[in-house]
Amino acid sequence: MKILVPVKRVIDYNVKPRVKADGSGVDLANVKMSMNPFDEISVEEAIRLKEAGKAEEIVAVSVGPAKAQETLRTALAMGADRAILVQTDDEVEPLAVAKILKAIVEAEDPGLVILGKQAIDDDSNQTGQMLAALLGWGQGTFANTVEVGDGTIDVKREIDGGLQTVQLKLPAIVTTDLRLNEPRYASLPNIMKAKSKPLDQKTPADYGVDTAPRLTTSKVTEPPKREAGEILEDVDTLVAKLKEMGVA
Amino acid sequence: MTYDFDAWRARSPYYDESHDALAESVRRFVEREVEPHIDQWEADRQLPRELHKKASEAGILGLNYPEEFGGHSEGFDIFHGMVVTNELARVGAGGLGASLMTHGIGLPPILAIGSDEMKKQIAPPVLAGDKIIALGITEPSGGSDVANLQTRAVRDRDDYIVNGQKMFITSGVRCDYMTTAVRTGGDGAGGISLLLIEMDRPGVSRTALEKMGWHCSDTAAIYFDDVRVPAENLIGQENGGFIGIMRNFNRERLGLAMGCCAFARVCLEEAADWARERKTFGKPLAGHQVIRVKLADMARRIGATQAWVDQCAWAEQEGKGQPADFAMLKVQATEMLERVARDAAQVLGGASYLQGSKVERIYREVRVNAIGGGSEEIMLDLAGRQLFGGNR
Repeated sequence: MKILVPVKRVIDYNVKPRVKADGSGVDLANVKMSMNPFDEISVEEAIRLKEAGKAEEIVAVSVGPAKAQETLRTALAMGADRAILVQTDDEVEPLAVAKILKAIVEAEDPGLVILGKQAIDDDSNQTGQMLAALLGWGQGTFANTVEVGDGTIDVKREIDGGLQTVQLKLPAIVTTDLRLNEPRYASLPNIMKAKSKPLDQKTPADYGVDTAPRLTTSKVTEPPKREAGEILEDVDTLVAKLKEMGVA
Repeated sequence: MTYDFDAWRARSPYYDESHDALAESVRRFVEREVEPHIDQWEADRQLPRELHKKASEAGILGLNYPEEFGGHSEGFDIFHGMVVTNELARVGAGGLGASLMTHGIGLPPILAIGSDEMKKQIAPPVLAGDKIIALGITEPSGGSDVANLQTRAVRDRDDYIVNGQKMFITSGVRCDYMTTAVRTGGDGAGGISLLLIEMDRPGVSRTALEKMGWHCSDTAAIYFDDVRVPAENLIGQENGGFIGIMRNFNRERLGLAMGCCAFARVCLEEAADWARERKTFGKPLAGHQVIRVKLADMARRIGATQAWVDQCAWAEQEGKGQPADFAMLKVQATEMLERVARDAAQVLGGASYLQGSKVERIYREVRVNAIGGGSEEIMLDLAGRQLFGGNR
């Protein structure tokens, strides 16, 4: 089985994002960028399936600017076998990404696509679901545990009430949640090996996909500043205060 | 262009994308496995053993060690080592690198002059993070005067019987093995041997030492009282240990100097962030000439020192490294750090005096850099003797 793992280059999770002065978006100039953390989990899960003999090849895909090559090299250094960069400098929305991925799936014929449940920049949480719909495949989202059987995959999902297990027929779409695994760190020998692994360069036009945005961002603002807390003398004052606020 | 922690590497001829990728990988490791716990480990006065295991799995412990012992050296150049030092320093606690990487001083003598049997027995568990190895040279009677150390090992049939004590031993509380300098012969450098001592042997005892800094690194005084050690634990030739000790020094001093640059960058980053945010007299601190001049001066000192570090690293890799250069480089680096830590503290003001701030910790740890691994005075005297004074 071949596994397709889409990865996204996003603002590093440790960076405190700053909103551009004109409110048109987040300032990305000179900001550290890394692989979306949920996608690291996807890459790790694909590698584990390969190590367990459930898959033969892992193909990493990214849709984004030329710099997204670095993100793909990270995936290759972790253990993916080859990579495809669909290069575009435009902002791509989940639907456009899902359409491009559908075209790649049709060309590559993978048995499984593992995606992060969402990217930490726009938190859309849509690409996996849209891809499943476009392909007509089963989807197991927010995966906590996955187990590949004979032509099927069991996905234990993180849902509000606890865990739910679904069985899907392969080929299928899985989106990863935080507790699925702990991604490995790329070691130097694997970083060096990744340099010589194949990385194909494509454009959205190669797949006949129009990436023009369907949405308009009207305004981006900083979240409101947290007010400083107040230290109260005793429990009576606390109760009085809570009553005053109408919460007790 | 604004200042950031990683900018120095981008315009250097010595670093390429493989160094960036390794730095990224180690930074992830530090963010996930170290940062959330470092304050606790500082309070515990030691690192947990699981961290060594995790660092091994992440490819950090085995970097630049032979594959046959579980290391990996494929594609390694000396600048990969530099970025690992840089990233381990980023958390702002020098004890992390000192204690996690103690095998960097304990293991090389064994790999350089030890028996094949010993290499096979010791290196794999150390590089796997299952065992900890320390280096025991310094004694209460003196550190830098290695040729006059007093711990004695006397041959008794198939064993040596060891008596004496070692002082300021990094990872000394937790270590399973110690590469130990002992006197087996007469006075001076020609009477010194290296002996591998398992720390669970009868007659070995140790006392933890409380220090000014490097709190998460356990440091011990170690006592040998009629400790019986098999003769096959001898590392290299009897009375031939001095060379095994000395050959390590260039790289150790280079690593310390690189660490100083990294800690200084942490200080500058903390000071610069603070100076941009903190408002006084109606504008950010960085808007005051006296503060931005101070910040630029810090960047200048760090940049100059880093350039010499990189040049010395290149020379070492090319086999052209001169001990005098590394001795002077270490002094350059520790004096630079002393000044930069001071300036950062001045910019941060009262905030730098509170425990929990990185600058407070680094400020305390300036001294161990300036004294450990060869004090500034010893370093300059060594360089002076080699360059100007003959060997007298």
